[in-house]
Amino acid sequence: MKIVVLVKQVPDSGAERNLRSDDSTVDRDSANNVINEMDEYAIEEALKLREAHGGEVTILTMGPERAAESIRKALSMGPDKAVHVLDDALHGSCALATSKVLAAALKTLEPDLVIAGAESTDARGQVLPHMLAERLGAAALTGARKLTVDGATLTIERQTEEGYEVVTASTPAVVSVWDTINEPRYPSFKGIMEAKKKPVQTLSLGDLGIDAGEVGFGGASTAVVEHARRPPRQGGTRVNDDGEGGVKLVEFLVSEKFV
Amino acid sequence: MNIERFLPTEEAVALLELTQELAEHELAPKVDDFEARGEFPREGIRTLGRAGLLGLPYPEEFGGGGQPYEVYLQVLEVLAGRWLAVAEAVSVHTLSCYPVAAHGSDSQRKRFLPDMLGGELLGAYCLSEPQGGSDAASLTTRAVRDGDDFVVTGTKAWITHAGVADFYNVFCRTGGPGPEGISCLLTEADTAGITPQAREKTMGLRSSPVAQIAFDSARVSADRLIGDEGGGFRIAMSALDSGRLGIAACAVGLAQAALDYAVAYSRERDQFGQRIIDFQGLGFMLADMATQVSAARALTLHAARLRDAGRRYSVESAKAKLFATDMAMKVTTDAVQVLGGYGYVADHPVERYMREAKVLQIVEGTNQIQRLVISRALARQH
Ligand SMILES: Cc1cc2nc3c(=O)[nH]c(=O)nc-3n(C[C@H](O)[C@H](O)[C@H](O)COP(=O)(O)OP(=O)(O)OC[C@H]3O[C@@H](n4cnc5c(N)ncnc54)[C@H](O)[C@@H]3O)c2cc1C
Repeated sequence: MKIVVLVKQVPDSGAERNLRSDDSTVDRDSANNVINEMDEYAIEEALKLREAHGGEVTILTMGPERAAESIRKALSMGPDKAVHVLDDALHGSCALATSKVLAAALKTLEPDLVIAGAESTDARGQVLPHMLAERLGAAALTGARKLTVDGATLTIERQTEEGYEVVTASTPAVVSVWDTINEPRYPSFKGIMEAKKKPVQTLSLGDLGIDAGEVGFGGASTAVVEHARRPPRQGGTRVNDDGEGGVKLVEFLVSEKFV
Repeated sequence: MNIERFLPTEEAVALLELTQELAEHELAPKVDDFEARGEFPREGIRTLGRAGLLGLPYPEEFGGGGQPYEVYLQVLEVLAGRWLAVAEAVSVHTLSCYPVAAHGSDSQRKRFLPDMLGGELLGAYCLSEPQGGSDAASLTTRAVRDGDDFVVTGTKAWITHAGVADFYNVFCRTGGPGPEGISCLLTEADTAGITPQAREKTMGLRSSPVAQIAFDSARVSADRLIGDEGGGFRIAMSALDSGRLGIAACAVGLAQAALDYAVAYSRERDQFGQRIIDFQGLGFMLADMATQVSAARALTLHAARLRDAGRRYSVESAKAKLFATDMAMKVTTDAVQVLGGYGYVADHPVERYMREAKVLQIVEGTNQIQRLVISRALARQH
C-alpha cells in the first residue's frame, strides 16, 4: 500500500504564538517550530499499516525552507521518503489554495491512502482533508479514532462529541486522525541517522504546473482583515455550595460538554 | 540549566536531543511514583532500548550505536538528572555487555550481542559476594566442569537487576584461590538453579531491584565461558574501568539536577527581605557547587576521551569515579541545606538526590578502593 502522510510545521503550541504585524500570517521567525502534534499520530498510523501490510510511507509537506527540519524529524520516526513543496510564492496561501497545491503533489505520488492529522494547532480549520478528498475524487474518512484496513476496504471509527460513527470506504481515500488513535513512537537513534540519508524531493509550483497567481496572497479566497491578542483570562464561574453545589457543578460540566 | 556541551559530531547532538526528549517525557513524570512504590520501570527502560540507548558504546555491526564513551556518558548524565535508577540501569546493562563484547570470541559476539544490544533485554553483573565486595579476587562461587557444562554453586550479593535481568555475567571460581582461578560465565536468567532472593530494602534507588542470587548446581553450557578459563578476574577489572566512568557520569547528572533545583529555589525564596541567593554566604555555596559539578564533568569526560583514543585510562577512570561521586554526595547534601526545612521533606526531590548519591560512593569499587587504585599507580611511578 502506498501511503502519503501530510506533515505541517507549526509554531509549538506549548509556547506563546503570534501573528505577524505586517501581513497577519503566522509568525514563524520567533517561534519554536515543530511538527503539528496531530500529524505525529498520522505518521504512527501509517507506520503501523506498513508494518502490517507492507508498502511505502511518504511524507508530504508544503512549507518554507525551515520546514525541512520537521521533515527530517518525521523521517526519523520511520517513513521511507519525503516530498517538500517549497516556493516563495506560497507565502500567504489560504486553505483552498493549499489544497490545490497538495492535491497536485499527491497526483504525482498516486497514493492508495493519504493520512493527515484532523487539524493543525495553528489554524485549526479541519477543512484540508475534505478539500483534498474532493479534489482527488477520493473518499473522505475524517476524524478517525480507529482505522482498520482489509484489502482495499477502509473502516474508521469517526469520533464525535457523543461517541463514534463507523464509516467504510474503499481506496483511494483521505483519512484524518485524532490523537486518540494511537501512541506515536519516539524516533530511535538509528532512525535519526537513517533519516539523513532518506530521499527528500523538492517540488516548486512550476513542477506542479500551478501558476504563482493562483496561490499566495493574490490567489487567496480569504483574507485576515484584522487581528487582536486574546483577551486576558476572566475570573471564571464561582459556585457557592448552599446544598446544591454538586448539582450546579455537574450542570456546568454538562453545559461545557465535559461530561 | 542548559549545559554548554562539546559534542564531537552532529549525530551526537541529535542523540542528546533525543535523550532530553525521552528524559522529559518518559522519565520525569514517572520517577516519584515509581520510587515511592519501589517499582522497577521495566517498560520505560524498554522505551529507551527501542530508541537505541541500551547499546550506545558498542559496534554498529552487532546492533550497537557505535558511539564513543564521551558521548555515551553525556547521555547517562542526562538520564541521571531525571531518574538515577534508570541511568544506573543503563550503565549496569552496558557494563554487562562488556565482557562478551571485549573478550568474547567472534562466534560468541555474533551469537549473543545483537540480542543484548537490541534494547529488549536487560543484563546484570554478578561479582560481589556476601563475604566480600572489595576483595573480589577472593570470591567463592564455584563452577565445576561436568562434560559440556559448568555446574555453578554459590551466592552473589547486592546484584542490581536481580530478578528482572534476562542474563547474568557470573564471575566464579573454576580453579585455585586468587585472581587466576576466576572465570566469567554469561548465563541466561531462567537457567534452572539460579534463584534471585528477596529484594533488599535500600536507602535510595528504591525503584532499582537489588538482591542476592543463589546458584544451586546451575548448569551453564561451557560455550558460555567468556574469555579464557582463569581469565575472569582480568575481565571483571577491565569491565569496571569502563563501568566506573558510567557511575561518574551518573554522579555528574545527579549533582547537576541538585544544583539546578537549589539555584531555582534560592532565586524564589526570600528571607530578611531579599532572595536567599543574594546572601553571599549562600551564593558562594552555590558557586562552589556549580564549580564542583563542572570539574567532575571535565574529569570524567577527560578519562572518556583517553579511552576513546585507545590510550590507558584506568587510573583516570578511578579518579573520575572518586571525585565525581564524592562531589555528588557533597553537592546533594548542600542542595538540601539550600532548601532548609523544605529540603528535608519529600515534596522536593533534593532529599532523594542526597539518598541516591550515597550509593555511588560504594558501587563498582568503593571510593577507598578507587584511592587504592590511584595510590598504587603513584607508588609504581618512576
Ligand atoms: C545498591 C547496590 C547495588 C550494587 N550492585 C552490584 C552489582 O550489580 N553487582 C555486583 O557485583 N555488586 C554490586 N554491589 C556491591 C558493591 O559493589 C559492593 O557493596 C562494594 O564493592 C563494597 O563491597 P562490600 O559491601 O563487601 O564492602 P567491604 O568490601 O566489606 O568494605 C567495607 C568498608 O571497608 C573499606 N575497605 C575495604 N577494603 C579496603 C582497603 N583495602 N583499604 C581501605 N578500605 C577498604 C570499604 O571501602 C568500605 O568502606 C552493589 C551494591 C549496592 C549497595
